[in-house]
Amino acid sequence: MPKVTVDGQEIDVPDGATVLQACELAGKEIPRFCYHERLSIAGNCRMCLVEVKPGPPKPQASCALPATEGQEIRTDSQMVKTAREGVMEFLLINHPLDCPICDQGGECDLQDQSIAYGRGATRYEENKRAVTEKYMGPLIKTVMTRCIHCTRCVRFSEEIAGVDEIGAVGRGEDMQITTYLEQAAEHELSANVIDLCPVGALTSRPYAFEARPWELKKTLSIDVSDAVGANIRLDSRGREVMRALPRINDDVNEEWISDKARYQVDGLSKRRLDKVFMRKRGKLQPASWDEAFKAIAKAKPGKDIAAIAGDMVDCETMFAAKALLKACGSKLIEGRQTGMDYDVSNLAAVNFNSTFAGIEAADAILIVGSHIRWEAALVNVRIRKAVKRGAKVFVVGPYWDTTYPAEFLGEDLSVLGKLPKEVAEAFKGAERPAIIMGGAALARGALGAGLAFAEKFKLVRDGWKGFNVLHFSAARMGGLMLGFAQKGGMKDIVKAKPKVVVSLGADEMDFEPFADALKVYIGHHGDKGAHAADIVLPGASYAEKDGTYVNTEGRVQFAEKAVFAPGDAREDWTILRALADALGVNVGFDSFAQLQGAMIAEVPALGEEGLADYGAFPKADAKAKAEGTISAYPIRDFYLTNPIARASSVMQQCSSELLGGGELAEAAE
Amino acid sequence: MADRSPAPDTPELRERWGAFEFTESSRERADKAIARYPEGRQRSAVMPLLDLAQRQVGEETDTQGWLPLPVIEYVADYLDMPVIRVLEVASFYFMYNMKPVGKYHVQVCGTTPCMLRGSDGLFETCKKRGMSKGHVSEDGLWTLTEVECMGNCATAPMVQINDDNYEDLTPARLDEILDELAAGKQPKTGTQIAGKRTSEPEGGPTTLKEMVDANHDYRKEW
Repeated sequence: MPKVTVDGQEIDVPDGATVLQACELAGKEIPRFCYHERLSIAGNCRMCLVEVKPGPPKPQASCALPATEGQEIRTDSQMVKTAREGVMEFLLINHPLDCPICDQGGECDLQDQSIAYGRGATRYEENKRAVTEKYMGPLIKTVMTRCIHCTRCVRFSEEIAGVDEIGAVGRGEDMQITTYLEQAAEHELSANVIDLCPVGALTSRPYAFEARPWELKKTLSIDVSDAVGANIRLDSRGREVMRALPRINDDVNEEWISDKARYQVDGLSKRRLDKVFMRKRGKLQPASWDEAFKAIAKAKPGKDIAAIAGDMVDCETMFAAKALLKACGSKLIEGRQTGMDYDVSNLAAVNFNSTFAGIEAADAILIVGSHIRWEAALVNVRIRKAVKRGAKVFVVGPYWDTTYPAEFLGEDLSVLGKLPKEVAEAFKGAERPAIIMGGAALARGALGAGLAFAEKFKLVRDGWKGFNVLHFSAARMGGLMLGFAQKGGMKDIVKAKPKVVVSLGADEMDFEPFADALKVYIGHHGDKGAHAADIVLPGASYAEKDGTYVNTEGRVQFAEKAVFAPGDAREDWTILRALADALGVNVGFDSFAQLQGAMIAEVPALGEEGLADYGAFPKADAKAKAEGTISAYPIRDFYLTNPIARASSVMQQCSSELLGGGELAEAAE
Repeated sequence: MADRSPAPDTPELRERWGAFEFTESSRERADKAIARYPEGRQRSAVMPLLDLAQRQVGEETDTQGWLPLPVIEYVADYLDMPVIRVLEVASFYFMYNMKPVGKYHVQVCGTTPCMLRGSDGLFETCKKRGMSKGHVSEDGLWTLTEVECMGNCATAPMVQINDDNYEDLTPARLDEILDELAAGKQPKTGTQIAGKRTSEPEGGPTTLKEMVDANHDYRKEW
């Protein structure tokens, strides 16, 4: 622990810290552009200059200078002030003065730091450099004249995303940031470079010229596009969500979010269900709430009522539905829409036990049936970190581009029982071995075999839990905690022949077997579920209601309401509460607080933010064997996995342009 | 500064260079360059490989050679590295030509010492022969580039043509060299002053005269 003096204040800094970090520890602000905590050190913007003794009598770049014993650092001397002014003047030589038409305005590092550390006026009278715009895909808008060559975007795509596609071509004044042949940036985290860019060179294309940051109301929310539960901030103006940005949470998403989480929000104002609809003569017609409730009451479901939870509903909605069904005398609740029926008697066996931060420490990882880049892009970032530390990764399932070296063991699940010799040895020798079971493996009934594997190689040991199940529905773990699972999955619901089926935003389920039942859809988008329904009750999306979500690690998180639902749409729990009156039953809550109280009373873990404790890890059935092959992963199109994303024109464009789902509209020659 | 953007990616370019492959001897030298680096660090050999590729393109086109995009992609593939990283290197160093050049790439140094010693006259000479900066002359023989200091200030002004330096030039001497090259002969490289061997002063030493034959300690004389 070297002891350094920063502006006369003596502090101990951790070994390996840089001078910049030492200054931050001492509470001094050091301006910077190229330095970023999560990226490698570049040292090319020179904005973080400080005076350091002993050393040459000139300012030093603090981000790239190790703090050593006895250093005397000054951040407030005249030399430092002049140096910063000088660097800022150089940076501004070629930077256009177009702040009034720049989308970064108001949240621009260069703007802020030139106010704080720059000279009051310019002395530059020559011509400025101009750089042509570069195409980087449908999400990233470029104005490269504004670029100050910090290379954060280059380092992000190389180090974090693992897809080397952005580079700095040319040299000196002619240096330009570009992708090879201006191809679109093609990975799931590409838009994070927009947040990283300290100036307005890389801005958000869908959000271009939409709003200024000071006009926006900021709401803390949780992303529901996958089961990672990334912490996001929804920026809204009036009744519209303008954009989603990541919040920093080192346990979950660090500082990144996937492109889908960021850009599906424009789907929140498209294809919305804003009226009650009822099927009359085969067609959905607008109706009133009263009519709809009467029609449901007329069906006299009694205890023949079932509820299917969709992928994006919050725990409160699910609990309200469960309470309603309980009051009716039914237990037909299920959340695994596609018919999976894995054993949920012990939730520790279907949880991501290592935690996302923990998986970074794993030294041998077996991925079974999961296209992690698409099912949880941010988890892939963690595994990439583990690989950089020397972890070996093996994958069972069809090939996908992992962004790190991984060995594919074929598509046959039986390999779980008889691993190739070198793989078995890798796991035997590993200190922190881990397995990650994806949706494709669960669907083939491989959970038991995975547990047997975990027992054989002692994946769960002192201080290390290496058994992981990776879900990709935001509602899954919350649903399982609330008991949204039948022993036989959806088959049991079909067998029970319910008279009324309530679909809580369930769009991926098969409505065919419920042809005779009255299908009530409570949801927010006119998607597959609404098309199949007899009665459509407009609900609220994740941005329009408070709610509790549990991610695939079993982490309970709370999201706040950002905007009001459009038209006649109501928060889901109020619809279910009104439905209880229509059916003449008592659910025992009249307000959201009461509902939450009842939910927490039943499942106390949902009342506490943070990791839920699922108790001891179960004993495996040693005879469990996995059979069959994984021929495909459940997600066919990363950009269109949920009704919000399917309604989003940005996601549709990404899908057709980046995944080639559709041909680009091109003029005939 | 010269234009360092790569030649446009056209179907013609793909057709001409799409099937580029190292010849047997290039491959041998490429593998030798790669073998200099530890296992897994083969990317370090990107610069010698680009040079080899450029020379091979030069042999095929009877010029000094250049790097079309498909060739850059071939090198990236050969080293198993992202093509943008290779393009970064290729576009950074002036020794890699990003556009086609003539049989002789005449690189005239225009930095201060050479300029003071008359590099402007050398440019005039080149222009009289139909060369213009950054372009291949009509007969396909010449490409003129103005470059920054090549480290021959003691024998300024200088010109680098393909792999050779020609120093202590005057417009007339440069003319002679270009004539010889055009005729397919190899002119004398290095200094063009008769009797001078390298960068020693003309007409014998002017300073440190005692040092010519043996070591001499000047410190006592200060």
